[in-house]
Amino acid sequence: MVELVMNLFPARTASHQRSLSTGGLLRFCRRYLSVALLLVLWQAGAQAGLIPSRLLASPVQIVHTAWSLTLDRTLPQNLLVSLGRAGAGLVLGIAVGVALALVAGLSRVGEDIVDAPMQMARTLPALALVPLFILWFGIGELPKILLVALGVKFPVYLNLYKGIRSIDPKLIELAKTLGLSRWKIIRDIIIPGALPDLLVGIRFAVGISWLMLVVAEQVNADSGIGHMMMDAEDFLRTDIILVGLAVYAVLGLLSDQIVRLAEGRLLTWRGRTAVQGGTR
Amino acid sequence: MSANSLTKAEFELAGNAVSIRHFTRRFGETTILRNLNLDIAPGEFVALLGHSGSGKSTLLRALAGLDTVEEGQIDRPSAVSVVFQEHRLLPWKNVTDNVTLGFDGKEWNAQAEAILHEVGLGHRLDAWPLTLSGGEAQRAALARALIREPKLLMLDEPFAALDALTRLRMQKLVLDLWKRHDCAVLLVTHDVDEALALADRALVLERGEIRTEVEIPLARPRRHADPAFEALRERLLHALGVTS
Repeated sequence: MVELVMNLFPARTASHQRSLSTGGLLRFCRRYLSVALLLVLWQAGAQAGLIPSRLLASPVQIVHTAWSLTLDRTLPQNLLVSLGRAGAGLVLGIAVGVALALVAGLSRVGEDIVDAPMQMARTLPALALVPLFILWFGIGELPKILLVALGVKFPVYLNLYKGIRSIDPKLIELAKTLGLSRWKIIRDIIIPGALPDLLVGIRFAVGISWLMLVVAEQVNADSGIGHMMMDAEDFLRTDIILVGLAVYAVLGLLSDQIVRLAEGRLLTWRGRTAVQGGTR
Repeated sequence: MSANSLTKAEFELAGNAVSIRHFTRRFGETTILRNLNLDIAPGEFVALLGHSGSGKSTLLRALAGLDTVEEGQIDRPSAVSVVFQEHRLLPWKNVTDNVTLGFDGKEWNAQAEAILHEVGLGHRLDAWPLTLSGGEAQRAALARALIREPKLLMLDEPFAALDALTRLRMQKLVLDLWKRHDCAVLLVTHDVDEALALADRALVLERGEIRTEVEIPLARPRRHADPAFEALRERLLHALGVTS
């Protein structure tokens, strides 16, 4: 994808590289300049009365609300609940996705049994299952966690399965000449060889976990960031809704950074090669 | 080369490291190897020459145990190591861990270190394979083959992808290692000069049969300018269908 874009815009790529060499600081400033400008315009518009605060709170108002929500413990408590749900769903979804990918990746029989239904199910919009999940699992914690897990398992499964299947058969052949047992081939070659793809899958999974959580918490919940936002809607508190949105954005960004960090640690052998894209 | 104490497998081989009898390998209608007979003595260095598609790789795979033997018989020692044209090091393990692949336990690390020093890679023990040069990677692959103390070492065009100078250095290294480890060597190669520089005996495989067999009774190190070397070279090239 990146190469494609670069091929389409050769001139732009050249200038892009030049700015990188002239100094990262300049580029850093430029990247955030437009964001800062937008915030200033937003604030100015709100103060001049051009943007009605009923529809969109001003940035200063949002910061103020975030602070007071933190002081009265509404925000931290709801945040903790949301983090717990996303974490539980993520762990469950990754476990299921990894297990299914191992079954499908390591045996032909497993592939026949697992892969076809997974490929079919992944095209279903998972969010369309929300009404069914409420019917099946009620409105407690279970449907929320399961919904997150459901969304998470697909990118994990697809990427790990692809990773296992794309391991160089020459390495397996080598392992056989060395007399490695099947278990050692899995442990020393297949698992580490598929790890980069698994991590790509987990990065997608983390993003999806927040997406699923937003919906799960807005449909039926009495706590969590999503619930806080739905509550605010009843009282026309756009400032609280925007605080919720900002929290989701920060969480998404942070969790992505954590997975990237883990990639750097776990894949030191790749040197500085860039992280490739995967299947969503 | 030397009188090792005979293991049971070697005894069954009647004194040979490798014994192939009436081996035939077909893929569907095509016969790749036809009624092949070959003995390799313990400690003997044999070079196998042939065009692409002559059946060299098929023979090697059968000897390595990667292929089933359906027609004929292959007796080989249990300790067989293969070095391939590509180093086939696992990129996610450092050099030492690649050499000890399959052996669990810390005691192997000292062994690996000694062998890596022997192949001239003592300074890259903890390096990642992606950071090695082509020659260094093949040295690591040699170390991985030798730590298993093979009775038969198979080299499948191991230097074909290296530059000319590195190749010469690696050839000398293989000779040194062969003398020290005292194993039979089967070197598959395209390169007549390489076969003549290293081997005791050169075989030319053509359309699934060994058509030519040339003893190379020259003392090592061998010089290309030697008239005897030149004569053998002519014979092998002629057998390969290259006429000057």
